[in-house]
Amino acid sequence: MSIDLESRPRLAPGCRMEEKRQEPRTLLMPERALRLNGPSLEIVERCDGQHTVQQIIGELQQRYSKAEPAKVEQDILGYLALLQKERALDFEPRNT
Amino acid sequence: MNEPRSNPLALIAELTHRCPLHCVYCSNPLELEARTTELSTLEWSRVFQEAASLGVLQADFTGGEPLTRPDILDLIRAARATGLYVNLITSGLPLDESRLEGLVQAGLDHFQLSFQGAREGIANEISGTRAHAQKLRVLEWLKRHRLAVTLNFVIHRRNIEQLPEMLSLAESSSASRVEFANVQYYGWAFANRDSLLPTREQLTHSIDFLKKAQERLAGKIKVEYVVPDYYARFPKPCMGGWAQKLMLITPSGEALPCHAAKVIPGLAFENVKNRNLGEIWEVSDAFRRFRGESWMQEPCKTCDRRALDFGGCRCQAFLLAADATATDPVCSLAPQRPKVDALLLTINSPAAQASACAPAITGEATEPRLADSSADASLRTTAESKPAWLYRPNPS
Repeated sequence: MSIDLESRPRLAPGCRMEEKRQEPRTLLMPERALRLNGPSLEIVERCDGQHTVQQIIGELQQRYSKAEPAKVEQDILGYLALLQKERALDFEPRNT
Repeated sequence: MNEPRSNPLALIAELTHRCPLHCVYCSNPLELEARTTELSTLEWSRVFQEAASLGVLQADFTGGEPLTRPDILDLIRAARATGLYVNLITSGLPLDESRLEGLVQAGLDHFQLSFQGAREGIANEISGTRAHAQKLRVLEWLKRHRLAVTLNFVIHRRNIEQLPEMLSLAESSSASRVEFANVQYYGWAFANRDSLLPTREQLTHSIDFLKKAQERLAGKIKVEYVVPDYYARFPKPCMGGWAQKLMLITPSGEALPCHAAKVIPGLAFENVKNRNLGEIWEVSDAFRRFRGESWMQEPCKTCDRRALDFGGCRCQAFLLAADATATDPVCSLAPQRPKVDALLLTINSPAAQASACAPAITGEATEPRLADSSADASLRTTAESKPAWLYRPNPS
């Protein structure tokens, strides 16, 4: 179940953000809710079917420039894998 | 001491007790609420608004069969308009393609479809209705919609051998989640319990089979499995704690902390017709009664696990030990655990397992058993004659 860095994650059907706009925001899915703030929110906001996984990593490495880039990458891949296991994300394949 | 968590997270909306199925495992109460007492569209709309204001995130539309409500589209729209995430827990009857389209357009987030088996024979026996073929049609229609889909297979001794076939059915569908939920013994399930409990061997093999399936399907389909707590060492943290995470509204508007709460004598229930949901959550006697730890007896009172599982299920403690304050008898530390052990002994006795291969007492031909995998063979029980089921009726 490895993640393709060129794939474009997006929220799976039936997975959406709670409509309230104040933090902590919540990601709603079948019989589960995940509280998102800070980095987790920034990751999910970029799961729009446009950003590739690599782009998400790149953008957050820039935002968190004081953190170790390798650690940022690891954390992001870990979080995406968690969401994938929950079936909260679909990964659109790379454009050929 | 009786402080609630700040707010409930889920609202279980039992829209009706009417249902075209008569499942022998149904956890609805034995006394079903009549159609004439059902809340109106307007009343439910107000409940949804109050729930959303209270901080509730999810609404489970259930019953009975929620699709028997002629106003189901209005109800979905009303809930969705408040921001609630709407789960529909359904048998798939009555439904056609255009009605399904309507549900999706109305803003339904999640469609959970029940299955009573992988094959028509056992499925229709368990539901007391010819429902299986319709469910297969619904599976096809669901493929054409962008909707979260969960298949829920209710598991017990009579269909546990069909697990591999059930999984195949799930894999050929558009479901992203599948739940294999062993029957929980409340309501009609409790009445039919001795015919439903799986053997220890069946359970062990099923856990093994499903663990492997979970790994294989990780990232593709989320496979969940609920085991019967009679076989557990410690009880389930029922409902996430009494009146901590969810509230249930019955078809006539009564507010319950869980679907079985009415088995416990002496609880006073509020009704949403008379009182705001937030007030009910805070002050209802039924909700306050088992919050916190003050009601606990030993061993729960000083047990290291009491904050983990809250002493298990109050309703089950009443059903098995005639005392809602007792440790849930399925707990290995419960004084009443021997009662559960005695029952399991009869279910697992060599005599029970080698029961005579009498033909089924239905008019249908006995179906050939699947013989394509060793996992399947170890799930198989020797052919029991069809039990004398107590079928859930329809309310008046």
